[in-house]
Amino acid sequence: MAKKVMVQTVINNDDTTFVCETRQTLLEVLRDELGMTGTKEGCGNGNCGACNVMLDGVLVNSCLVLAVEAEGRTVTTIEGVAEAEGLHPIQQAFLEHAALQCGICTPGFIISSKALLEQNPNPSEHDVRLWLAGNLCRCTGYDKIVRAVLDVASAGQAKAGA
Amino acid sequence: MQAFDFVSARSVDEVVAALAAGGERARPLSGGTDLLTQLKEGRRAYETVVDLKRIPELMEIRIGTDGLWLGASVPCHLINKNADIQKMYPALHDSTGLIGGTQIQGRASLGGNLCNASPAADGIPNLIVHSVTAHIAGPNGSRTLAVEDFCVAPGRNALQSGEVLVALQFPAPGKNFGAAYLRFIPRNEMDIAVVGAGASVVLSDDGQTIQSARISLGAVAPTPLFVKAAGEALAGQPVSEETLEKAAQIAQEAAKPISDMRGTIAQRKHLSGVLTKRALRIAIDRARGTSTVDSLGRLNGNG
Repeated sequence: MAKKVMVQTVINNDDTTFVCETRQTLLEVLRDELGMTGTKEGCGNGNCGACNVMLDGVLVNSCLVLAVEAEGRTVTTIEGVAEAEGLHPIQQAFLEHAALQCGICTPGFIISSKALLEQNPNPSEHDVRLWLAGNLCRCTGYDKIVRAVLDVASAGQAKAGA
Repeated sequence: MQAFDFVSARSVDEVVAALAAGGERARPLSGGTDLLTQLKEGRRAYETVVDLKRIPELMEIRIGTDGLWLGASVPCHLINKNADIQKMYPALHDSTGLIGGTQIQGRASLGGNLCNASPAADGIPNLIVHSVTAHIAGPNGSRTLAVEDFCVAPGRNALQSGEVLVALQFPAPGKNFGAAYLRFIPRNEMDIAVVGAGASVVLSDDGQTIQSARISLGAVAPTPLFVKAAGEALAGQPVSEETLEKAAQIAQEAAKPISDMRGTIAQRKHLSGVLTKRALRIAIDRARGTSTVDSLGRLNGNG
């Protein structure tokens, strides 16, 4: 069965065309075909959130998206988060709060946190914990991650009020 | 994952043709949060996967005087953030906020949850208490089916070869209507229900009498249960803890759970009663526009 298809997408603002098998996930194509290894594979079944990306502005597990489904869609991965002038404030906050240890879950957490703050710029601690419930971290115990996200939110609020 | 042909369907007719041609070897794809894990683990294998998400009527939320038309493939996050749905169909709102985590809600659909036919599906009891009708298209035309008759066994639904679930039709709620869905899990989030319970009520204008009610339980039988007798026992009764207790007893007796890693028979029977009562309290609060119970349906931190 010939199952190779050509898919046209926009990944991190770049027009990107790739050829994949219909059975390949978006995660596999990002990592193995496009060399974008920032997106991590954890569980491969939608439980851990390490592979999170934005698909047309919606947070999804890239391990549960077929690459062929990305036809005509826009994808944002961790490689597209940093800004021209340097790290994204969420990335900076993760460093400042030491909100990572082994780092495997971190790209997923940063993508998820960014999605949260875009939708809700002033979340409560409960909002942050609920939103990030689908991102698993086996090192930090989550507190430092939650504090980093809240810190970015309050900095954003201070800026908005200034 | 085994190789398959991928069809990005643009119309219901195209889906039906692809499914009819593929027979048992073809499967529709909505959010993929069940299907892709099943394909990866080799629990299912198909030669054709038909994507439904580019068909406008399967992706539509339409609210009119005749109720809500919910396209089968609409992802949970769009349902959950819809303010009209939260007000008019509160049990649907509850369910779509607790299926999986945020990123699962970005993809998972109610149609997919229903077709996957898990006994523990968080998306199904709310459909039953909202009196939903499933709209089905197939090679022999369209048909409808009451949602409580849709699941026939664990992982098996009532769709015939070549058929596809197009939409879920919710009747207009009417006045003094309230509904809720609750589940018990040992964690705070991201878990499969040990027991789930949905309830809906229509109250009298003074809010003191239950005119009609529907109760549904998940994870206590091979399919999500419509506990018709529990709702009927409430009809015409005053709103009181005694009345709710009676309905909870009936629900508890209707539950036919198994013991497994998530819970024992005794625990699930007990939870069926507790959750039925709590879901009813929330539904009644919502019908009245009051808040006498917390978000878990508890009275002042007990019961």
